[in-house]
Amino acid sequence: MKPSRRDFLKIAGASAAVGLGAVPVMEALAASGGHGTSPKAQVEKWPEGLTATHWAMVVDVRKIESAEQIEAMVEACHTVHNVPLLNEKRHEIKWIWGTHYHNAFPSQPHEHISEHLHHILFPVMCNHCQNPPCVRACPTKATFQRESDGLVLMDFHRCIGCRFCMAACPYGSRSFNFRDPRPFIAETNKKFPTRMKGVVEKCNFCAERLAVGQLPACVEASDGILTFGDLGDPDSEVSQLLKENYSLRRKPNLGTGPSVYYIV
Amino acid sequence: MLELALKGSKKYWGLLIVLAGIAGVAFLTWLYQLQFGLGITGLSRDVSWGFYIAQFTFLVGVAAGGVMVVLPYYLHDYKAFGRITILGEFLAVAALVMCLLFITVDLGQPMRMLNVLFYPTPNSMLFYDMIVLNGYLFLNIVVGWNVLEAERNGTHYQPWLKPLIYLSIPWAISIHTVTAYLYCGLPGRGFWLTAILAPRFLASAFAAGPALLILLCLIVRHFTRFDPGREQIQALAKIVTYALIANIFFFLCEVFVAGYSQIPEHTDHLKYLFFGLHGHGVLVPWMWTSMALMVAAIILLIVPAARRHEGVLAVSCAMLFIGAWIDKGLGLISAGFVPNPLHEVNEYMPTTPEVMITLGVWAAGFIVLTILYKMATSVKEESAGVLRTRVVES
Repeated sequence: MKPSRRDFLKIAGASAAVGLGAVPVMEALAASGGHGTSPKAQVEKWPEGLTATHWAMVVDVRKIESAEQIEAMVEACHTVHNVPLLNEKRHEIKWIWGTHYHNAFPSQPHEHISEHLHHILFPVMCNHCQNPPCVRACPTKATFQRESDGLVLMDFHRCIGCRFCMAACPYGSRSFNFRDPRPFIAETNKKFPTRMKGVVEKCNFCAERLAVGQLPACVEASDGILTFGDLGDPDSEVSQLLKENYSLRRKPNLGTGPSVYYIV
Repeated sequence: MLELALKGSKKYWGLLIVLAGIAGVAFLTWLYQLQFGLGITGLSRDVSWGFYIAQFTFLVGVAAGGVMVVLPYYLHDYKAFGRITILGEFLAVAALVMCLLFITVDLGQPMRMLNVLFYPTPNSMLFYDMIVLNGYLFLNIVVGWNVLEAERNGTHYQPWLKPLIYLSIPWAISIHTVTAYLYCGLPGRGFWLTAILAPRFLASAFAAGPALLILLCLIVRHFTRFDPGREQIQALAKIVTYALIANIFFFLCEVFVAGYSQIPEHTDHLKYLFFGLHGHGVLVPWMWTSMALMVAAIILLIVPAARRHEGVLAVSCAMLFIGAWIDKGLGLISAGFVPNPLHEVNEYMPTTPEVMITLGVWAAGFIVLTILYKMATSVKEESAGVLRTRVVES
């Protein structure tokens, strides 16, 4: 039997009544759930968690000798973060990788650059800019800057995959999941989420590791090439290193304020 | 008025069926894209926007171009355009439908699209683009529909429409300005980082939009009993001529700034487009074709005898439209990504499924256009018919 207009109205009316009836239930649930009276979810801090006012990375380029050293950092990062290994170059996803001086600093190179700089690979990653263009571009706040420590982070579940952030990033630090990445992850790390197709991702300075008191994975695997710490603290190792050595940042003229420094 | 779209000739239905067929195949391809991901396109980590977004950008221009008939009629009381404002407004509606579809097919997670509303972010240009595009679609539907209905009933349109009509004029400028702002505010993309991008977008819009409108007027005259009018077509042709010259002028300003300053971040993209970079140059023949078409169109449009000849005018409009489409729909977006921020050259070309989906969105837009134009021309034929009987009776 085909439903008549009358039947439809009956069903619609009943559904509306159920819908209205559900409201107080939801309110009651909202009032009883959560912690305390604050409507915002409260996350308790892990006591051993690392905190800072401005996380930064210092790359001591003088210590870089071989591509294997960079490879170790990439391997460490991509393993903990379930970054897939895709054969098709177009679909490639990378959070940290090694590149030449003239690629990392495209406006800097000249013919008479030192032999060392000319031959080595520079590790590059998200710069966790103090004034991030990607955060400005994102239409859903899926990419945001954490107020407490300046990290530029992503909510993979909110991202609509518009890729405006990829166009906005002047460092090419962002990757897009052009297909389901899960079949291409050799061994899944259960402590970090995998992503789905259609969302953007990038380096997060290991926010999930900092929260439990660990340094970023690449830093641990870096043989002392990478130093990570709080630039807000003048006595931190990164502050000291930058005070004592001349350092570069990528594309400083763009006003993005990168938090990754290179001592050459 | 919708009933007018339901009775038509065999040709009308034939056209709709062909368009629906193309859109249907494209819809299936899109389902495949949803299932696999955007990996079925030629897009990459380096060229993260391509054909879809370029079509979107070009069609925002076509939509904005509709204002070139609305503005002279309502602001300058240029009476002749009263006959064809509806064609401009309905073209804008169809173009905007295509724009919104192109954004949808470009999203990695289209089912999360409403996040743009749930988490409104006023610092993102996409937020404003959403507002201006939907707003302009709404304005054109409301204004176009009601003015046409009033014409059918032989009455003056409702007075409350007037403010909406006036609002639609700056609104048309806004849609293409905001669309240019999507690109020209990005710090690391030298090709787009230029204040003239929005004016250039508008100039190419006011050339390509009215050029398409001229072609549509000629088609309408051929296939219906409604004649948009020779004077109207000639007035549009002059608008197209000025706008096209402005477009080329702005482009040459761009070339001068990049070429004379010789700042690599600005010259590299132009070099890539017109000469190729580091041995890569898939777009080179396209870009030269585009330039040749637009320059030839300028010459044909400037020469009065050629412009007044409707056959030649149709050819110049088609050349211009294709030229502007290559420039904006093919070159402008992907060249902004090549070379990439690390100065590596990774080229982009759309894949077959990508082209298929693109064709389907165009077909869907032309379904909307055909239906709307069917209604508009039927009303125009009806009112002309009424006049004719009156003349016979008296």
